[in-house]
Amino acid sequence: MYAKPLAPRRRCRKLNPGLGGAKQISTRFDTDAKRGLTLISPTAIYVLLLLAVPLATIVAFSFWSQDFLSIDRTLTLKNYREAFTDPIYRVFLLRSLWISGVVTVVTVVLAFPIAYFVSFHVPPERKALWIFLITIPFWTSYLLRAFLWKVILGFNGVLNSGLLGLGLIDEPLTFILYNTNAVVITLAHAFAPFTILPIYVALEKIDRSLLEASQDLGEGTARTFFRVTLPLAMPGVVAATLIVFIPTIGDYVTPRLVGGPDGLMIANMIQTQFLKLNNAPMGAALSVLAMGAVTLISLIFLFANRRFLK
Amino acid sequence: MNWLRVYAIVYLVFLYLPVLLLPIFSFNDATVIAFPLQGFTTQWFKELAGIDALHGALKNSLFIGIVSATLSTILGICAARASTRYRFPFKAPIMGAIMLPLVLPEIIVAVSLLVVLMQLGFSLTSWTVIMGHTLICTPFAIAILSSSFQGLDQSLEEAAVDLGETRWGAFSKIILPLVTPGIVASFLIAFTISMDEFIIAFFLTGADPTLPVYIWSQLRFPKRLPSVMALGTLLIVASLVLLSIAEYFRRRGIRRTGAKDSGGFL
Repeated sequence: MYAKPLAPRRRCRKLNPGLGGAKQISTRFDTDAKRGLTLISPTAIYVLLLLAVPLATIVAFSFWSQDFLSIDRTLTLKNYREAFTDPIYRVFLLRSLWISGVVTVVTVVLAFPIAYFVSFHVPPERKALWIFLITIPFWTSYLLRAFLWKVILGFNGVLNSGLLGLGLIDEPLTFILYNTNAVVITLAHAFAPFTILPIYVALEKIDRSLLEASQDLGEGTARTFFRVTLPLAMPGVVAATLIVFIPTIGDYVTPRLVGGPDGLMIANMIQTQFLKLNNAPMGAALSVLAMGAVTLISLIFLFANRRFLK
Repeated sequence: MNWLRVYAIVYLVFLYLPVLLLPIFSFNDATVIAFPLQGFTTQWFKELAGIDALHGALKNSLFIGIVSATLSTILGICAARASTRYRFPFKAPIMGAIMLPLVLPEIIVAVSLLVVLMQLGFSLTSWTVIMGHTLICTPFAIAILSSSFQGLDQSLEEAAVDLGETRWGAFSKIILPLVTPGIVASFLIAFTISMDEFIIAFFLTGADPTLPVYIWSQLRFPKRLPSVMALGTLLIVASLVLLSIAEYFRRRGIRRTGAKDSGGFL
């Protein structure tokens, strides 16, 4: 934006004919900065008040404690100590991280070929249609989609009755509902468009002549893919990974509907603490821990992939 | 590359499987949501007309959706315009913070707002849900609006100013008409997100539930499930119509500013 100051500078000169070049640029920068900051201030203030302040409050709460109906505001590490020592919290946290990790890997691995197909094998004029087709299911009620997976995976469900009807199995499969498998399938479905789009965008940016160059220089199709296409698509893959991994940890609906007792995740525990046990400080501590763990893993992941992201 | 095409089609079936079941079961003449199908009926749709709690929830959701979409589109215009047009200090961290709700788990947004509202002694109403929905819809609005503002030729606005327009005049007469399609698309997307959002509404709603909160409460009663399926079918049709309109406006906007269509909403 700053690279093309030509036209405004002309205007400046008209208004202040005596100003020198350096002064003009700094004046322009100041006006730009002032206008930009003024314009963004409503949104920034809204986010400050409704996101930054609440997040800070949650952190503060996690160091307080619940004293029957009132909040005891003396700082304490009691909640964190409990979260680390009580096995139930540890189980919920580790299981959530595990499920998020598996969902992320499954979703990204399944999505990559689709993004690749749309970017490399669909004629340009039909690409927008394919992307539209992929995003449509995402815009239908998330609650109902999760519920319908219960219908599909259930004992008398669509999958079991279908497989029984085809004679492929003798009795209904039970390992696909009310456990972590069901949570993984449902979440992998819910986040599919979120992974396809960033990978697709990264693939679209690849200069096709690089691929031709690689092949002209004697590389085969597979080696061209692994040495040229994939490294260039990595920014999209990294974005997709984070876009799935971070929100998944906080999913409430899916584990509640299809997870059964062994598939519940940290969000279910946070909800229980806040709304059922009326222990907001403990819920806050669990929220902070979940966010902290996710942030840490994401940073490590970003660091591990730093060479692709320059 | 035939196997890739086959995979793509299988994948699309996977994506559409739950969505396709919805209309099937909403016309199925049985109270149990399972195969085999029992015959055709429209009674579940007729049943919907008689549930007052549903109508209340629908009205409430429409109100919350319209207000949230309006607010987040206005906030989105400010941020998208500022970030595409001006250079200012702390731009990256400010934009980062504004876009953060896009990746933040919704339950974190929900509980942190709940805690603040509890501390301030606010009672939970539709407006508390609107606060949360505006927060999470704004990044989507910015993503759509940024691509509209980005495609603009800056010299158009400068020409208007040189010809004697005020800056506001140039914005409202030149820029705004050019980005109107983007604004409509942003409004519709934000509205759709708000209508579908469950967790924030679940935590922040007062006595009047939103539509997803109402649906959630009904999922516990097996007897209500067929009519929930019918409701879901109607919602799919409604969001398809809205999204097609949004897509139409988005494409028109891109054509208008002469940019290349990158496809998709995100």
